[in-house]
Amino acid sequence: MSSPEVTSPAGRPDEIRAVPVRRPGRWIAAAIVLVIAAALIRSVIVSPGFQWGVVGEYLFDHRILAGLLVTIELTVIAMAIGIVLGVILAVMRLSPNPLLSRASWCYIFFFRGTPVLVQLLFWYNIAALYPKLSLGIPFGPAFVHPNANTLITAFRAGILGLGLNEGAYMAEIVRAGIISVDEGQADAAQSLGMTRVQTLRRIVLPQAMRVIIPPTGNETISMLKTTSLASVITVTELLYAAQLIYSVNFKPIPLLITVSIWYLVCTSVLYVGQHYLERYYGRGASRELAPTALSRWRAAVLSPKHDWS
Amino acid sequence: MTVAMVRAEGVHKRFGRVEVLKGITLEVQPGEVMCLLGPSGSGKSTFLRCINHLEKIHAGLLSVDGELVGYRQVGDRLHELRESEVARKRAEIGMVFQHFNLFPHMTALENVSCAPIRVKRLAREQARSHARELLDRVGLLDKLDAYPAQLSGGQQQRVAIARALAMDPKLMLFDEPTSALDPELVGEVLEVMQQLARDGMTMIVVTHEIGFAREVADTVVFMDGGVVVESGPPAEVLGNPRHERTRTFLSKVL
Repeated sequence: MSSPEVTSPAGRPDEIRAVPVRRPGRWIAAAIVLVIAAALIRSVIVSPGFQWGVVGEYLFDHRILAGLLVTIELTVIAMAIGIVLGVILAVMRLSPNPLLSRASWCYIFFFRGTPVLVQLLFWYNIAALYPKLSLGIPFGPAFVHPNANTLITAFRAGILGLGLNEGAYMAEIVRAGIISVDEGQADAAQSLGMTRVQTLRRIVLPQAMRVIIPPTGNETISMLKTTSLASVITVTELLYAAQLIYSVNFKPIPLLITVSIWYLVCTSVLYVGQHYLERYYGRGASRELAPTALSRWRAAVLSPKHDWS
Repeated sequence: MTVAMVRAEGVHKRFGRVEVLKGITLEVQPGEVMCLLGPSGSGKSTFLRCINHLEKIHAGLLSVDGELVGYRQVGDRLHELRESEVARKRAEIGMVFQHFNLFPHMTALENVSCAPIRVKRLAREQARSHARELLDRVGLLDKLDAYPAQLSGGQQQRVAIARALAMDPKLMLFDEPTSALDPELVGEVLEVMQQLARDGMTMIVVTHEIGFAREVADTVVFMDGGVVVESGPPAEVLGNPRHERTRTFLSKVL
């Protein structure tokens, strides 16, 4: 063989020290972006329309904070309904029972095929369709007859609309997660004497979580913002609380900025939560646990030299 | 006369229109080690999966320890067993897979102790100490807290054997346990299986390891095209095969 020797017995060859290629294009592009960013930031600070003083005034206003609380409640409850419903629908969809599977398909078809805003309005006006609700045995005696108008408040209509709609989306996410788990896992679990339910709960779902968590995080973040649609049916969540204020003081811009700041704060918190959830369900997937955002940041700042280029 | 551990009579199995098993008849006695050999697609693995009812047979008779697999006979009619009953029977049969199928989200110790806790309802500590003993037996006492992804193929398969043994099975099924392993890792798994055979475990092993079959098996069965071509002691089937198909197969794998 006559290939050049890479390592000589005498020792390591010298490290390569070459003159790097000049990249003028990068410098020009960076300069343009910087100029645009500077202009934007200046206009945000200088232009009086933003009224930062008013923003500061209302940021911790009790009406805004009360709206924020309602937004968080709506998000949490609707997502909880969505996730539970999604798991049930996904399992139904994959069930060998054709009726269950079709029923699940129909549910997903209707709730994914119509706008969530329409669904919200629908639930809000449910009393027009069923003035009297009753709870009892189907086609048999009923035990309670609540009045639809008093039972379905705006808040409850919001929860129903958002949660039932979310269930359809979560069903598809959970189904994708379950399908992604290797069939050998179910074989192994069943050969050990586990029932179908045990196999699903102990073996398949925990592994499906790795696939389910990231899109669910997206759904949660999306839900947080979609709750603002509930303002249309007079739920006093964050946006409607702000609208009520600016309909009196005629300062929509600073109040919308206030609202946006709170939405950003909430989505940031959700990002961090999602990161740790993914880390937890990723255990065993790779040889090492992924570093937490904090430890990565610490490593980047404290390490003597950057070698993550 | 003792009851055969596994008794198959004219077992048929088809997938859609494809008939994979065309009448398998064989018997495995308690304490016996049987090796199933044969070209791929001959139905060895399918037959193994029928024994713990991972696959349903379409015709014939299949029983484990004197009880029908998947059915109960009442009068002269067969009744399908309920899922929980099938599960209870599977719990008495250990199975080891070609691709290990360890649970990736559990450590080695959790993999082994999981089924005893969930299925046998053993106390957690009891199950864990038993699991520790079993992992010690397969030489993995230092890997208790390792996840499957951190283990080599041979180590994973040894954990899988320990996991199956944790249910105290009366019968062990091995589905090509060494086929997915690097050549240098095959030995450590075969060694564990050989020890198991010496301890008197009843085993059915689908394998391509002719050396293992010759040394450990009491009976070697050669299958091709969904039927048993010949069976007998390894010296006969491997040393002096009577059928042309067996001879051709052996000449290719040896």
